[in-house]
Amino acid sequence: MKKNQFTFINLCWLVLIVFIYFLINILISLGVLNAVYQTVLVTVMINIILAISLNMIIGITGQFSLGHAGFMAIGAYSAGVALKLFSQSTGFYMGIALGMFFSGIMALIVAIPTLRLKGDYLAIATLGFGEIIRIIIQNMKVTNGAAGLVLTKVADWKIVFVFLIISILIILFFSNSAIGRACISVREDEIASETMGINTTKYKIMAFVVGAVIASIAGALYAGSFYVIKPDMFSFNKSIDILVIVVFGGMGSFTGSILSAIIIGIINTALQSFAGIRTIAYGIILVMIMIFRPKGLLGSYEFKLSKFLKGKEENQ
Amino acid sequence: MYFRKLLKAGVALTLATSLAACSAGNQTSTNQTTTQSDKETYKIGLHFELTGAVADYGNTENKAAKLAIKLANEQAGYEKYVGVEYDNKSDQTEAVTIATQLASSDVVGVVGPATSGASAATYPILNGANKVVISPSATQNNITKVDPSNENSEVYAYSFRTTFEDSYQGAAMAQFAFDTLSAKKVVIYGDNSNDYSKGLVEAFDTQFKKLGGEIVSTEYFTSGDTDFSSVLTNIKSKDFDLLYIAGYYNEAGLIIKQARELGIDSTIIGGDGFDSESLITLAGASNLNKVYYTTGYTTVDASEKLLKFVEAFKAEYNEEPSMFAALAFDSTNLLIENIEKVGGDSQALRDSIEKTSFSGVTGDFTFDKTHTPIKTVLVVELVDGVQSSAVSVSPQQ
Repeated sequence: MKKNQFTFINLCWLVLIVFIYFLINILISLGVLNAVYQTVLVTVMINIILAISLNMIIGITGQFSLGHAGFMAIGAYSAGVALKLFSQSTGFYMGIALGMFFSGIMALIVAIPTLRLKGDYLAIATLGFGEIIRIIIQNMKVTNGAAGLVLTKVADWKIVFVFLIISILIILFFSNSAIGRACISVREDEIASETMGINTTKYKIMAFVVGAVIASIAGALYAGSFYVIKPDMFSFNKSIDILVIVVFGGMGSFTGSILSAIIIGIINTALQSFAGIRTIAYGIILVMIMIFRPKGLLGSYEFKLSKFLKGKEENQ
Repeated sequence: MYFRKLLKAGVALTLATSLAACSAGNQTSTNQTTTQSDKETYKIGLHFELTGAVADYGNTENKAAKLAIKLANEQAGYEKYVGVEYDNKSDQTEAVTIATQLASSDVVGVVGPATSGASAATYPILNGANKVVISPSATQNNITKVDPSNENSEVYAYSFRTTFEDSYQGAAMAQFAFDTLSAKKVVIYGDNSNDYSKGLVEAFDTQFKKLGGEIVSTEYFTSGDTDFSSVLTNIKSKDFDLLYIAGYYNEAGLIIKQARELGIDSTIIGGDGFDSESLITLAGASNLNKVYYTTGYTTVDASEKLLKFVEAFKAEYNEEPSMFAALAFDSTNLLIENIEKVGGDSQALRDSIEKTSFSGVTGDFTFDKTHTPIKTVLVVELVDGVQSSAVSVSPQQ
């Protein structure tokens, strides 16, 4: 029953990924992507990881979570503390692993009682959880409390790129597997899928834990790239920021999340010199999108190489 | 149907790109103005929190820095200094992006950011590019060091600040409380959700115990709390001479009001977080007696320099300058004064600032080896909410 993963399409994807990698490399060596744009690039890539992991919980499984910043914080602080205790890169990778572990455990602890809740109740419960994580970090000695940790930079864009690809792969494999289909059925109709013999709580928990683990990778990458981590960066607002990217791109569309993270990154950079109107312009763009594209930029459309290569006839 | 959707997505994209084009256009125009005159011009990066959570501090400092540049230009008789403004949205990630931008730009030095966190994120990048950066109000202990949690860590060569650090202020208050107010027993009430307050509590505690005083108890609140009566009732039952509130005016104002209403009439002392008009509104002027706080700036017994600054600030912006404004004004002038001395070469500029002995509106100071100014802390007394006297204190080592 094993499917062959080395198909022509997958090979094309591999070529495309390698091509993007070298394209960025060439653009950097040509000086088109200067240090500033590299920072923006890293921010965008981290945002993509966060958005797709949240999209898996919200868009695929249909569970409204507002605690994503909490998992990001776990990852960031695991990496941060490990960086402080051990030597540079070993500490960093150890931190990523630790963060994934802690984040998974915490997600499990949160998920088992809360995922029996639905809709608004779940949102509130996860929101509360995110805040608890932040307050705990704020009061711990090893995390240096409210002052946060000052770190050295260990992750350049290449490391972030590699983790981005790994994260996307994990999430795509997950959503396209039998588990993913079960998750989608939970999203579409929980009662119906339960009648069909699907253990809904189990699949919700699985999606939630995988999403949390991926979010912790994003947090660790942030800690490795941006010098300072403080508890107040992982507040409720951060969860909302991630949610905005997901909704903007379209819930349930990973292509949409990736695209919207890129667009939001570009808008942010473009409006840099208009301090006063930046937030207003950002708001207007969001409102416009919600008016003209209520389901987000792409709705639930996914870009697939197979469709692309076969021509447009499959697009509806 | 599909095409209409595509069209609308296209509109959003065009909007974004046209805005990008706008910003590019702006930058070229500023470049032109600097190259037009044959006289030497220097660009100064102003990197502040213009929007977001701490926009209040960022904007005030930005205004003061612009004022300093304007006055220097008036003195020079032409547009000698150009301030290039950047907004970091009170966001660390954005601060990193801006620092990267500044590092590759042609600014000779940078003033800002206002907060310690954003400053710490900025230092490694600007130091890597050998650009001088002066933070007006980054008070966190050891923030100018590469690793603030390590006492023996290296100091960033190009980073300076013009404010004293939290521990210095806390220690100075302990000294004042013990010597001048002759207090022996103190209750500390701090905010455990911010590093500023934690720094104050720690330093006060250490210094006061060293002097031979006793800390009766240490209580904590969290930013955003509004009801402190249960803790205050508890405090009231204790035997103490002084209440040290380490926090910002939002909570401190309410604590003072509630403490006085509960009948706690002991002397109340605090840090420069008290330094705001809002303290009087929140606590009520009649409750603000026997209240002392440490600050780096006061208009009581103001020097001539300070009066001139206050006047100029009022004339320009029609508002009273705050401590943050004064610190940013000094930071910018410190940079300008040293550019006047040695020109725009970053190495020479850095050396010159390190050795400088500066006389500004917040007092005279030189830099210690961590690039933190050695200046006296002022303790201000409030009588009916009005600053009535100012004493300068420095903690015993």
